[in-house]
Amino acid sequence: MTTRPDLLVVTDLRTHFTTEVGVARAVDGVSFQVGMGETLGIVGESGCGKTVTALSILQLIPSPPGEILKGSSILFDGEELLKAAPARLREIRGNDISMIFQEPMTSLNPVLKVGHQIEEALRLHRGLSKSEARSAGVALLAEVGISDPEERYDCYPHHLSGGMLQRIMIAIALSCEPRVLIADEPTTALDVTVQAQILDLLAKLQDRHGMALLLITHDLGVIAEVCDRVVVMYGGQIVETGTTQDILTRPEHPYTQGLLASLPGSGDRDVRLNPIPGTVPSPVNWPAGCRFRDRCPVAEERCAESVPELLPLSEETTRLARCWRVGSIGGPVEGST
Amino acid sequence: MTFDAEVASDADGKSDVDAKSFAGVNGGSGADVLFDVQELRKYFPVPRGVFGRSVGQVRAVDGVSFRLHRGETLGLVGESGCGKSTTGRAILHLIEPTSGRLVYDRQDLAELDRAQIREFRRRAQIVFQDPFGSLNPRMTVGGMLSEVLKVHRIGETGADRSGRVQELLEMVGLHAEHAGRYPHEFSGGQRQRIGIARALAVEPEFIVCDEPVSALDVSVQAQVINLLRDLQKDLGLTYLFIAHDLAVVEYVSDRVAVMYLGKIVEMAEAEELYGNPLHPYTRALLSAAPDRDLKAGPRRERIRLSGDVPSPIRPPSGCPFFARCPHPGKDEECETASPLLEEKGPNHVAACCKDPLPRDGG
Repeated sequence: MTTRPDLLVVTDLRTHFTTEVGVARAVDGVSFQVGMGETLGIVGESGCGKTVTALSILQLIPSPPGEILKGSSILFDGEELLKAAPARLREIRGNDISMIFQEPMTSLNPVLKVGHQIEEALRLHRGLSKSEARSAGVALLAEVGISDPEERYDCYPHHLSGGMLQRIMIAIALSCEPRVLIADEPTTALDVTVQAQILDLLAKLQDRHGMALLLITHDLGVIAEVCDRVVVMYGGQIVETGTTQDILTRPEHPYTQGLLASLPGSGDRDVRLNPIPGTVPSPVNWPAGCRFRDRCPVAEERCAESVPELLPLSEETTRLARCWRVGSIGGPVEGST
Repeated sequence: MTFDAEVASDADGKSDVDAKSFAGVNGGSGADVLFDVQELRKYFPVPRGVFGRSVGQVRAVDGVSFRLHRGETLGLVGESGCGKSTTGRAILHLIEPTSGRLVYDRQDLAELDRAQIREFRRRAQIVFQDPFGSLNPRMTVGGMLSEVLKVHRIGETGADRSGRVQELLEMVGLHAEHAGRYPHEFSGGQRQRIGIARALAVEPEFIVCDEPVSALDVSVQAQVINLLRDLQKDLGLTYLFIAHDLAVVEYVSDRVAVMYLGKIVEMAEAEELYGNPLHPYTRALLSAAPDRDLKAGPRRERIRLSGDVPSPIRPPSGCPFFARCPHPGKDEECETASPLLEEKGPNHVAACCKDPLPRDGG
């Protein structure tokens, strides 16, 4: 995995929002890379900064109130996106980096036929004529597994089911063969049988086009199914990162361990779940020191005093955790062996 | 006669289905049956045009029968639109069922007078998915809870009621001082706790939990699941637990029923259903759920369904699952005849007329 050349390199990304009650540090010093053909998962509960991270990459953050702070860097294939001119950014969005959102029902224009919306992307980015765009669009619908693509092409969004609309969103996102696809909770609104179809489809298309996939989800099951590596976010920061296998079988950070312990697994029904107490704090006032400390079962004095760094666990630099106690807690989460 | 009729007529022993086996599926003798749902149907009209002329019917629930025993949790799973929420609401008479017989604690709901219906409403409560949408934004939590108590004439004086409100808030893991706050001041998990407190206010014995944890983050979801289980143990509650999350349902339920297109296609004890699913739909559903157990070795083979659930406005005449069924043995019989819910094993019924395929790897 490490041999893949990095296509997207995010370094020290900080996105803050000015609100009435103070500055919300939604994303606060996030760094990661995604290689060609790789699938990186970003996991965490709501309010952890996952979506803002994704939107920041394409600079879709409304400003004001949002602001990507100086010192942040987003390199796409060596090019600094945060310094790119607006025209260049428009070229990159859709052509090189595409995004799909959680709610396919609200992401499509309800008064335009779906074919028209696919055509728009094709004509704008690939400069196709109307008839070329139509045949390319129908071919795309077939590729994402829509039956009767000719017929569906002239449907309005409300004629189609959620699973079909999500396929259409994927078709639009893929219309320009992007090198990076950012998928923000692409299957959260869908039923499990349809979710399985969409995840299969993403994996198939990734194999075929070799694109990098940045998958944002709160569902550790989805992560296990499709991701090579995982970034766990809490409080606008990365708290742990590693291969999917490592994160799910040997979580080191108490937050990751807590997430896994919260899930009712295939284990004994008589065993009580062991959830993380409390809720995610407001991004306006993260606790000082370690941001997880007031929910952490093993927090101690130094956790309140100073902020733990995101440090490698060993020689292998792909396995990082942000906890003072890492090394001393260790071991897989209870009941997972 | 449809299969549901046969399912429901177990008591007289005249039906084709072996009465004994059915009592077994429903967990033994009739003595501790709290709720007996027989052949429940709920059709919604499809309006069209200016005058809202009905041009068809959505068969949201199409002949559902099950029994709930005191103190148990029956899980109801299925994909969106399968009729699980409608079932939950129809048995509480929150929506009027089109047909079917509902017997709660040996009383037929159709025969109750107004006072008795009010008493039924007190004994049978519901917790909704969206905690915010189900709370009045302009009322404090304390005000809302004491209104519930007032309506049901619980507590003589205002002081009695506010004492009970504090007790309720503490029961669901909130604090007495939360009584003076408004719903928007709470997080999603806290609101769901308030929704549970509202249901508990009238000391019910039965609660329909309609996707109670679906909108919550995993850590909060686990907190609420623990709370529901503790309350069940302490208060002896009976739950109908409706959810689409298969792992959550497995964890909380004693028995599980799987719904597809308005019908129950399989029902068994939780461990049996998850360990030995017989209906092709149940198998597909279980295999579609992402598996985060990476230590389990090579991935089990997945069954991928194609297409979407058919429209409940024009349900297929035969087996509702026919169009998507991956069973290699499906034939014209499946396409034309609606399969009956039959006993396939001890305490295990499924509605499939083909023999289940052997499963590899156990």
